Amino acid sequence: MLIYAVKRLSVAILVAMTVSLITFSMIYLSGDPAMALAGESASQSDIENIRRVYGYDQPIMVQYFSWLGNALTGNLGHSHYLKTEVSEVIFTRLPVTMTLGACALTFALTLSIPLGVVAAMRPNTLIDRIALTIAVIGQALPSFWFALMMIILFGVTLRWLPITGSDSWMNFIMPSVALGYYITPAVMRLTRAGMLEVLSSDYIRTARAKGLRPSVVLFKHALRNAIIPVVSLAAVQFGFMLGGSIVIETIFAINGLGQLAWESILRADLPMMQAIVLVLSCFYIVLTFLADLLNAFLDPRIRVS
Amino acid sequence: MADGTPIVLSDSPRDGVEPSPSQRLKKRAFSHMGFVIGGIVLLSIFAMAMLAPLIAPHDPYDQQLARKMIPPIWHDSAKASWEFPLGTDQFGRDYLSRLIHGSQISLLIGFAAMLISGVIGTVLGVAAGYFGGKVDMVVNFIITTRLSLPVVLVALAVVSLVGNSLWIVIWVLGLLIWDRFAVVMRSTTQQVRNLDYVAAAQAIGCSTWRIIFSEIMPNIVNNLIVVATVEMAHAIILEAALSFLGLGVQPPAPSWGLMISEGKNHILFDPWLVGIPGVALFVLILSINLLGDGIRDVTAPENRN
Amino acid sequence: MSERILEVGNLTVDIPVGNGMLHAVQGVSFHVDKGETLCIVGESGCGKSLTSLAIMDLLPSKAIRNANTLELDGEDILNVPERRMSDIRGNTMGMIFQEPMTSLNPAFTIGNQMVEILKRHRNVSNAEARDRAIYLLEKVGITAAASRLSQYPHQLSGGLRQRVMIAMTLMCGPDLIIADEPTTALDVTIQAQILLLLAELQREFEMGLILITHDLGVVARIADRVAVMYAGEVVEEGTANQVFNRPTHPYTQGLLECIPIPGKTERGKPLGSIPGIVPSLVGRFEACHFADRCPFAMDSCTDGNIALRPANEAGHAYRCLLSPEQCAANAKTKGVA
Repeated sequence: MLIYAVKRLSVAILVAMTVSLITFSMIYLSGDPAMALAGESASQSDIENIRRVYGYDQPIMVQYFSWLGNALTGNLGHSHYLKTEVSEVIFTRLPVTMTLGACALTFALTLSIPLGVVAAMRPNTLIDRIALTIAVIGQALPSFWFALMMIILFGVTLRWLPITGSDSWMNFIMPSVALGYYITPAVMRLTRAGMLEVLSSDYIRTARAKGLRPSVVLFKHALRNAIIPVVSLAAVQFGFMLGGSIVIETIFAINGLGQLAWESILRADLPMMQAIVLVLSCFYIVLTFLADLLNAFLDPRIRVS
Repeated sequence: MADGTPIVLSDSPRDGVEPSPSQRLKKRAFSHMGFVIGGIVLLSIFAMAMLAPLIAPHDPYDQQLARKMIPPIWHDSAKASWEFPLGTDQFGRDYLSRLIHGSQISLLIGFAAMLISGVIGTVLGVAAGYFGGKVDMVVNFIITTRLSLPVVLVALAVVSLVGNSLWIVIWVLGLLIWDRFAVVMRSTTQQVRNLDYVAAAQAIGCSTWRIIFSEIMPNIVNNLIVVATVEMAHAIILEAALSFLGLGVQPPAPSWGLMISEGKNHILFDPWLVGIPGVALFVLILSINLLGDGIRDVTAPENRN
Repeated sequence: MSERILEVGNLTVDIPVGNGMLHAVQGVSFHVDKGETLCIVGESGCGKSLTSLAIMDLLPSKAIRNANTLELDGEDILNVPERRMSDIRGNTMGMIFQEPMTSLNPAFTIGNQMVEILKRHRNVSNAEARDRAIYLLEKVGITAAASRLSQYPHQLSGGLRQRVMIAMTLMCGPDLIIADEPTTALDVTIQAQILLLLAELQREFEMGLILITHDLGVVARIADRVAVMYAGEVVEEGTANQVFNRPTHPYTQGLLECIPIPGKTERGKPLGSIPGIVPSLVGRFEACHFADRCPFAMDSCTDGNIALRPANEAGHAYRCLLSPEQCAANAKTKGVA
């Protein structure tokens, strides 16, 4: 178990390093970052000045390692636009996005796992078809459009829910649904497929031959095994959702990381963009690492070997 | 049967010739509802895109403020007319014509981005699955790194830094969404690689290229097509999302995502401006997904879920 | 007369398939007494596994089960509600499956899975259940039994897992154990150990045992009575002595011809084989099921179904138009009697 964890952790760290390198090199995508920063009307000496101040005149590797060293100590740079520390802004916005992501994930899992289980228990029946239809439709709905449709229905026509802002829990309902429903089909399909496979396995037949109650067979013996791949998927999807929250937060004017990212992109606030990509990527890496550990906990074949 | 052994099992009640595998495949395909419906709808949209200049009633770029915001014909309004069946937008452009021309953008981006990502993902996946060992480790690492980068955010950032044009959007999406190709191709290649006939081909000294192209590829092509449909739909949704956020295809191009974005300012009083392009997007994605699910069910009926 | 544990009368299992109805088990009748081992032998697909699942009421949901009689310890278990049936399963009647590698749940420890069955059927404490599990693990020849309880199935070899399965089945002290090819998936050297263990435990606990197998060598060693199945039907039934020494049905004779006997079978002489393949069981056909592979087939064999009829000795029955004397003569010429 310890060896497994250490192995996973070292891969995670290596991935994080690579991601940081990619993120760092983003500033060179637009050509000369000093020129971009200085603006179109800047004189040559202004540009040179900026280049020296921000260290863009150093060799790239030196720049990278000093940037990385700063990032590791929590210094993600200085926002050109907001004139504040990037990390400060990010850590005030991060909780909002995390809350949104957690709500969306909860919504998605409470909808998709029971649906997948029921569909697997009664394959090719009406309920199975309904579940599959929900999955097929869900996969085809662009989330930003679905969000707008909800705004029209629940916000404008019925006036049940607030349209924008992030002040009360009511504000989080529509965004969570809009963000969460998109991963529902994948989780549901995987739960259903896993459940179908497990339910036809030999050990479920053994459990039934032992005379165990159907609820014990289903929830103890079947679900425990069927849920293992779902854990990894849920972690991956949670990461995707954080990335996708940029669209949803923009629509609902939620004051989270996504909206900050969008604003920074429009303002060409490079350090802020870099930091957000880095933070979200690292969060994803941590998440998948935790999912691996949880999997090992659920599956003794990984844990005890 | 290759050695000419007569088939002993002759107690089949039916006389005459059994249908050939390709005939059976055709029969299964045409009796699969999703495959047929998805195929017909996708073909229709494709035809619409091809014939756009011929069938569009108006010039999609022709702005006439005098006729702006005409509602679609099902609206109970004196302004609605059959001249503009889907109405006009805030610049007085015919909505139907924009919708028809917009299908070109969606299909082009979806197809081209899918091709780029398909080539990258397949090369990586097949290499990892076939060679295993170190190659597999490296490819796995690349896949993990790619997965930890948030797609929407990175795409937005890169487009904002490099500049946006149709082809830049295509390349950025193509370079970002190859992960599913790689993951699926890797696992299918691993499975096929372990089959006896591949070992046999290796034993008689076939070259690696020959084995990959004539033994492995034909057996993974079904899965490849299925992933291709999924990724094409994915690319179309992403383009729409980028354009919706203002960083994809630029106005006045009639991208469906852009149309939704332009319409969202009028969501309170004229929700159809958002509704119509959204439905178009939904129908397109749905038809691609139905076709993909259909291909999966038809080519591998034992694996359907 | 000894105590009757299981009575099966005219059991049929039908499975709807694409082009009709698969009559997988057709009118099978047999019984098991206390302390008796009944071996059901036959080749793959003859319906022996489905017969055992039908007794346990564990058939796949689309399979249709019918019978005139199905009684366990005198209780009708054909028309009982699932709740009552689940009280019986694992309690008075246990089953051991073919695949020890996959028959235990990979997510739970051996101890958890063993304790679970006893706690389901008996009102015992965890400690008592653990003690019984340790006792039984030792009984099935597992060393360091107490420490095994915290192990997971994947940490044990196939042979050990099958021993665990046997011990688990014994937890509630069942009257009847059905073992469906319990050694097929194991190494040859382990196979004999497991079977002898089963036979030993069966004697010690005076249970009824139904052993389903296609290994005739095993049958000869541990069976009290033998039922030979072919294409969904019992074609011959009798004591082990009767079936092995006076095989009557041409199929049984053919099966026995296929086993070499050290010292008896001549060196270099080809072993027997039964040409042809098992007929499709989809749709009704009114004929001897073995007719198209039988060396003694006559025109009348395909005229209708053949009834099981008594041979010369009591308790010995077979399903063939030939008289017992003709069959005995055939057996002589084939060298299996």
